[in-house]
Amino acid sequence: MHYRLFDHTADLGVEFFGSTREELFAHAALALFDLLVEAGEVRDTETREVRIDGTDGTDLFVNYLREILYLFNGEERVLTACRILRIDDRQVTAEIRSGRFDASRHRIRTEIKAVTYHLASVGKSPQGWTGRIIFDV
Amino acid sequence: MSEMKMTKLDENRWRIEPAGGMRVPGILYSSERLMRDMGNDESPQQVVNVAHLPGIVKYSLAMPDMHWGYGFPIGGVAAFDTATGVVSPGGVGYDINCGCRMMTTKLNADEIRKPLPDLVTALFQNIPSGIGSTGAIKLSQKEERKVLRDGAGWAVAQGYGTPEDLETTEDRGVMAGADPDKLSPRAMERGKAQLGTLGSGNHFLEIEVVEEIYDPTAAAAFGLEPGQVAVMIHSGSRGLGYQVCDDYLARMVKHMGELGLSLPDRQLACAYLDSQAGRDYLAAMACAANYAWANRQMLMHWTRETFEKALGKSPREIGMRLLYDVCHNIAKIETLPVDGIPRTLCVHRKGATRAYPPGHMAVPERYRKIGQPVLIPGDMGTGSYVLAGTDRAYRETFGSTCHGAGRLMSRAQATKMSKGRAVHRDMADRGVIVMASGRGTLREEIPEAYKNLEDVVEVVHRAGISKKVARLRSLGCIKG
Repeated sequence: MHYRLFDHTADLGVEFFGSTREELFAHAALALFDLLVEAGEVRDTETREVRIDGTDGTDLFVNYLREILYLFNGEERVLTACRILRIDDRQVTAEIRSGRFDASRHRIRTEIKAVTYHLASVGKSPQGWTGRIIFDV
Repeated sequence: MSEMKMTKLDENRWRIEPAGGMRVPGILYSSERLMRDMGNDESPQQVVNVAHLPGIVKYSLAMPDMHWGYGFPIGGVAAFDTATGVVSPGGVGYDINCGCRMMTTKLNADEIRKPLPDLVTALFQNIPSGIGSTGAIKLSQKEERKVLRDGAGWAVAQGYGTPEDLETTEDRGVMAGADPDKLSPRAMERGKAQLGTLGSGNHFLEIEVVEEIYDPTAAAAFGLEPGQVAVMIHSGSRGLGYQVCDDYLARMVKHMGELGLSLPDRQLACAYLDSQAGRDYLAAMACAANYAWANRQMLMHWTRETFEKALGKSPREIGMRLLYDVCHNIAKIETLPVDGIPRTLCVHRKGATRAYPPGHMAVPERYRKIGQPVLIPGDMGTGSYVLAGTDRAYRETFGSTCHGAGRLMSRAQATKMSKGRAVHRDMADRGVIVMASGRGTLREEIPEAYKNLEDVVEVVHRAGISKKVARLRSLGCIKG
């Protein structure tokens, strides 16, 4: 998995990585679900396209992860695949595949309640792209 | 960032001088020991950041349970001028109107010693808890809108409790100005099935015994006596409150760009109180506050039912009466004295409790001579304090005080530290029965993860911003 945890008193800090911005966004979505649930087989999958806006790169990353998190917190769905179709500083279009959360086969690892702006960042690093987010848990 | 200039004012207060873009100084309520324990916690820097917000009045405050939040520190209090100031969703927090209520009973601790394990099990079965827990009821859109407008009153009208309960709920369990049209479809959706649920994380329901009385007159007025059994409930507005905060944070970050306002932390995103975005947020926040009050009212009702059934006693014999219900994540329009002159302000309490003085009309009549009851829950298995509001809080801290023990360790640190330990056993050794839905919750919530509650309470007591009335010890606890 392309992420790493860092400590914050009340909450959970995560650093995400990707060699390109597309990869960073795709990895971050899957990493978020890796933190959320331990999912075996996921059934009843559906594919949808989401388009998210932001005022800049960081705002875009926060809004995008909010949308991904809502999939679980609002719709009780588990992400299984994510592909970035288009991305620039202010808009991202992603194709996401998900299935219903099933308490009998899936286990919740960490409850993640919200994506915060506190210390959030997205930027190019020598290795590629890095995004930092503190989640409210 | 420039070096912060902090000076000790007295035994209980530290002052941060205004520098850079700070509009007012910062004042921290703390003690030498708590300051030392805080280490490199970022909360003083967050007090500084809050001092940058437009229209902030007098000073940016932090209570002794302060710890690193996002945007505002947890334990932060700030008041804004209604004409020139702002409202910040991050200054209220995600769990809007997260709060506590305490119920007293006619039972003595000896009477429940034997049935206690069964009682805790019955509570665990009857009170929905845990991650994403859904309740016994599912609201129609029409009914949900009523909850959002009427708060605890809606629950009472449905038969969850009695009208008397409302008399001892802060603001009678309803915030004016709630407009369900200001909520997104997502917020409405998340509110449908979670009413009447405890939630997870630090939320809990605890059976406690009154262990020590500090102020006999106040304790008598609050109906507290040594050896008596009481119940504390800590819960909030669940997913609905989170969605309201999230929706408005996103809107306000956009709005800040349009206003050309630049702040040290985006999580502080705000809107002028006198603007459409500001008014919309307050109307939506009121809905979430009302949802939380209805939620705690229902949880209390099921607690009463469970006590009756598990102990085989009548409601009269148990006599479970609501002592008080306080919110500790909220922004409210209040009239408070500033340098002796009454002003209408928007007071943000982010992990802080209102602490109104004796004689104030907002204090229930039966407590008016004493001051508003302030409920301070501790960490798991420790117990709670009951305090009373004071004149000094009214004049000095915008009628506010601390809200709890305050985190010292991150959840990850706590989990690491508790590795290889049977937290259940540790609790049992202390004489506390604990039941939890989540596997990780107990580890994350070990007592060492929190500041010493006694230290926190001592500071607010010595500083005179609330006074100690009683201390309660934990007997049994259910957690999400």
